[in-house]
Amino acid sequence: MAETQTVQRTPLYDAHVSMGGRMVDFAGWDLPICFTSINEEHAHTRTACSVFDVSHMGRLTLTGKDCQSFLNRLCTRNLDQAEVGRSYYSHICREDGGILDDVIVSRFEKRWGIVCNASNREKIVAWIDKQSRGMDVSLKDQTTSTAMIAMQGPKTLELANAITGKDLSSLKRYRCTEYTYLIMKVSVYRCGYTGEDGFEVVVPASAIKMMLPKLFGSKGSPNPLIKPAGLGARDTLRIEAAMPLYGHELSEDWDSLTAGQSWCVDLEKDFVGADAMRKVRDEGLPRQLVGLELDGRRIARQHYRVFAGGKEVGEVTSGTLSPTLGKSIAMAFIKSDVAEVGTTLEVEMGSKRTGATVVKLPFYKRPKSS
Amino acid sequence: MSIPTDRKYCETHEWFAGAEDTITMGISQFAADELTDITYVELPEIGKVVSVGDVVGEVESVKATSEIFSAVDGEIIEVNENLAGHPELINDDAFDKGWIAKIKVSSTASLESLMDAEQYKTFMAGAH
Repeated sequence: MAETQTVQRTPLYDAHVSMGGRMVDFAGWDLPICFTSINEEHAHTRTACSVFDVSHMGRLTLTGKDCQSFLNRLCTRNLDQAEVGRSYYSHICREDGGILDDVIVSRFEKRWGIVCNASNREKIVAWIDKQSRGMDVSLKDQTTSTAMIAMQGPKTLELANAITGKDLSSLKRYRCTEYTYLIMKVSVYRCGYTGEDGFEVVVPASAIKMMLPKLFGSKGSPNPLIKPAGLGARDTLRIEAAMPLYGHELSEDWDSLTAGQSWCVDLEKDFVGADAMRKVRDEGLPRQLVGLELDGRRIARQHYRVFAGGKEVGEVTSGTLSPTLGKSIAMAFIKSDVAEVGTTLEVEMGSKRTGATVVKLPFYKRPKSS
Repeated sequence: MSIPTDRKYCETHEWFAGAEDTITMGISQFAADELTDITYVELPEIGKVVSVGDVVGEVESVKATSEIFSAVDGEIIEVNENLAGHPELINDDAFDKGWIAKIKVSSTASLESLMDAEQYKTFMAGAH
């Protein structure tokens, strides 16, 4: 982790700086933490449409006739029936169940796409290389030759329709497609990491700049419904939506079931890590991922210890002051016998302990109908 | 960024203003901007006696928690109660409405070694 390497810039770097982005080093990439304020960008995403630069995330393309059987063995999710035009959230694990990464696997007509975390990209490329030996699978890392943006928020669909002149409403959640826009190839995914409706769009790196006026409007008359947002809001949004983050809820040190993500695991099929996870299932989970609502305004941060009746029962994985709820919220791994909704616990913050109540996840769910 | 010239600055980004026996302290706008949205301020108790280098309180943001330190010996005589309900006052106006505490001192000698506005500006340029 502490290797010294130069910080990389995404194709949107100059645009971030010119829009007033406060740049920070994130997983080796120079990215904006915010443009105005995290709270403002958070609220804008929940009410209109925010654009996030997610070009740091790994974009891998797989081709070859063995792709489907290979990916079905590599991923925790069942991809045996994977259809063209669909995206699947999955984990990639080691034999011992340790989570190497969480990814979105998408099936296009002539290829498969994997979007992985920036911090895990090299590891995943090497893992795919090793696991696919002897199979007809070839991998191309397209991370630096493309740019990726996420448009998120309840106004995204109508704005995206207006910008593209297409009706994107037929592209349902977790569907993906390819368009030719002007002369370039564009991949569009109806997913995101904010708990809102939205799209993630991949374009050639050289083309993203000419798309920006289309997105934000011209300098003189910016579209007030679309604003840039940074990594700060991305984190508070995903915590409210209880979406896991690698390095927090997910780690090589535990498996997908222990991470509370059994919904993306199919133990009926064979995959790398399946045996280890079946054992975990049979022995019973010692802990659970829960939501906590804390008293007061202080933020519970990763590794803060959680107590029940004076006994240590677990630790916080992520926390923030929820901009939507105005409350201090956290996710935590705690012992199963104190994980029931409504249980009163305490979180250690410095020298003091603060009261906390187990609540249902997610903390925020977008209103239906949109 | 305009840096008020009527006060002194620490390398840990606190400011101290006032020449007589009452010193007002806060954190700089640079520090507030770096922390991003401030969500909570742990204020000291009135009557608390502090020495140079003591922790006076904590400023917490979405991004991080950071302690604030005293650069004077003295007694806390007033705290900015508005910060309890509106910690964002520090983001909005770190040098004025976002002040944190007032300290009664017998001497301001310890402030002499701190940075003035010009020096702090140079220091920030290096810190960024």
